[in-house]
Amino acid sequence: MSQFNFVSDLQNALIMDGETRGPAPRWKKKLEASLNGSVNTTRSVLSVSYNTSFSGVQAPTKTPGKSSESKTKKSTTTPTKTPGGGDRFIPNRAATNFELAHFLVNKDSGDKSDGENEKATSSNSNESNVQASAHKGERQKLISEVAQVGDSKGGRILCYQNKAPAAPETHNNPLKVVYSIKTPISTKSGSRYIPTTSERILDAPDFINDYYLNLMDWSADNIVAVALGSCVYLWNAQTGNIEQLTEFEEGDYAGSLSWIQEGQILAIGNSTGAVELWDCSKVKRLRVMDGHSARVGSLAWNSFLVSSGSRDGTIVHHDVRAREHKLSTLAGHTQEVCGLKWSTDFKYLASGGNDNLVNVWSAASGGVGTASDPMHKFNDHQAAVRALAWCPWQQSTLASGGGTADRCIKFWNVNNGTLIKSVDSKSQVCALLFSRHYKELISAHGFANNQLTIWKYPTMVKQADLTGHTSRVLQMAMSPDGSTVISAGADETLRLWNCFAPDPLASKKAVSTSKAKQSVFRQSIR
Amino acid sequence: MSTAQATKNCITLKGSAQIIVEYLKYGINSILFQRGIYPAEDFDNTQQYGLTILMSKDPKIQTFLQNVLSQTEEWLAKNMINKISMVITNAHTKEVLECWDFNMQAELGDGDTSDPTKLTTTKELSRIQNEIRDVMRQISATVSYLPLLDCICTFDVMIHTLQNTELPAKWDETGAIIIQNPQAVQLRSFSTGLHKVDTVVNYKMST
Repeated sequence: MSQFNFVSDLQNALIMDGETRGPAPRWKKKLEASLNGSVNTTRSVLSVSYNTSFSGVQAPTKTPGKSSESKTKKSTTTPTKTPGGGDRFIPNRAATNFELAHFLVNKDSGDKSDGENEKATSSNSNESNVQASAHKGERQKLISEVAQVGDSKGGRILCYQNKAPAAPETHNNPLKVVYSIKTPISTKSGSRYIPTTSERILDAPDFINDYYLNLMDWSADNIVAVALGSCVYLWNAQTGNIEQLTEFEEGDYAGSLSWIQEGQILAIGNSTGAVELWDCSKVKRLRVMDGHSARVGSLAWNSFLVSSGSRDGTIVHHDVRAREHKLSTLAGHTQEVCGLKWSTDFKYLASGGNDNLVNVWSAASGGVGTASDPMHKFNDHQAAVRALAWCPWQQSTLASGGGTADRCIKFWNVNNGTLIKSVDSKSQVCALLFSRHYKELISAHGFANNQLTIWKYPTMVKQADLTGHTSRVLQMAMSPDGSTVISAGADETLRLWNCFAPDPLASKKAVSTSKAKQSVFRQSIR
Repeated sequence: MSTAQATKNCITLKGSAQIIVEYLKYGINSILFQRGIYPAEDFDNTQQYGLTILMSKDPKIQTFLQNVLSQTEEWLAKNMINKISMVITNAHTKEVLECWDFNMQAELGDGDTSDPTKLTTTKELSRIQNEIRDVMRQISATVSYLPLLDCICTFDVMIHTLQNTELPAKWDETGAIIIQNPQAVQLRSFSTGLHKVDTVVNYKMST
């Protein structure tokens, strides 16, 4: 099967920067709108590296893993005269400084006349040049003085004489990795073959490109729920069937999705701050539980308890069986709670927020909910923490990943609240998952490679880079059998990666028949 | 609250200057690390304001900052400073790439305002520290839009003072710096009750 991929890749490589089939993706529409303003171009222009903001916009590399061109972000291919490959110069009036330009135009004519009058010998012309530059210096100073509003009327600017030393010559700015496009290094330790391309690609138009939402989950009965725009869809991974679950009203949308342990019941946190419970086999909404004053961006289940994290910084525990569903509210964050995960033994709840904090809450002694103060507060990350994962075979190990300004994956021992290890992943980390079969960790990244990286745990040796997404990866979920990972990207695709396929020779392992566990809802008479 | 407790918590001009100079120390170190001006190995973790901040281990940088900031504290206590600028220049071409401005504005405080040298405020230290913490987080987050500093850079700290400030030993007077094609981003401001500090980052827009 891989040779067909190779052939199609080759063909794609030969079509240099061709037209994309179908409507232009959203990022391209936005780029064109900002470039041309009111100019109407029906041509789909692939503008390469014309950008000053680092939103990860780049020409899609159609040959993952084969591209050997290393384009630095500050590429010199941007032609200054004809941006975007068009054929005429479109002036940007907002950036032109008319007053300065007017002054310069007038000054030039003035200087020239001075030069003309004094020109007799070469030495004189030198003098005139010196005079002109002296004039220039003075005028520059006058302008700067006038231009500064208010304070420098008579202020002095002082600085200390013995300056700080400059950095050594060999120093390379470590931030370069955030800006440059590098080829992914796939270092395999030779244990098994991990396919670096996706097994299947699903189209997900209108997938909201928001780092702080959690819009995809894979249930135990093999159904993927994904929120696109204001609708929520269910994709049956077995049959490939797609069904729309619900559509929100204009302006509302789902902020997070999470399946209950056994499957069938889906919790949807919406943009108004409520958590809705849906029975997906009947496509029926069971209940709506409010409790937040802002959108619910993260959800985590613990048997009959669902914890919801919101933009208002609070975490609310809901008991879905009881009429009075709100058990307790935790206030541990000052900004949006974007990551929320119960540990595998349900003794701890980890929460990550936009305030760069990771809070670990211990389960309440009564058995339901958690203590109201966090057991540990980790503030080592320098950016928002959204990626959280508990190690399935080491019960008190938590992995957390930071955003663009941090780029680190940190491992914590929650028993004594210490940092075990910190690894720089060189790119924004948006999701983390542990694989039980192979004792590995998979992390999803954004700019520049938009890759999924597989690391061996606990040595953190990089095993493989799975590339394919053309824009940052936003979400990851694992299949119930643990063999496949699905990732959702800002490029509006869902990609399936068969990276943890179980070893066929080791099939001595008893196939665990999924016993239909009693759902919590069946227990009560409804 | 009783008046007795109020007098215990009040901050004077000197105390306010101290708080601000501490913020500048951590802020400048944080900028040096985040912008990648010095190698990351030269930095050490410290805890301040409830955050992890990386401070430089280099003794030369530490003494430089110590000298500048102690003089700054003195001037600030007398309200003689308009602005403190941290300027990042290309070491070879001497071109100014970035300028972090910390604008200082004197406030009256809420104590007895009859004597301008003896102003006080009762603003709680924890509140001030929370505000500072928000600004520090914003500084860390600036990496997502500031252009890469690809060359060897030096930094300098310039103090914009009032006209009648006398020049101490080892200090020079310099001219204003100009950035080509500048872009300015205003970060959060915080106030100690006696001083209001605005942080603005001016950077050269790379085309």
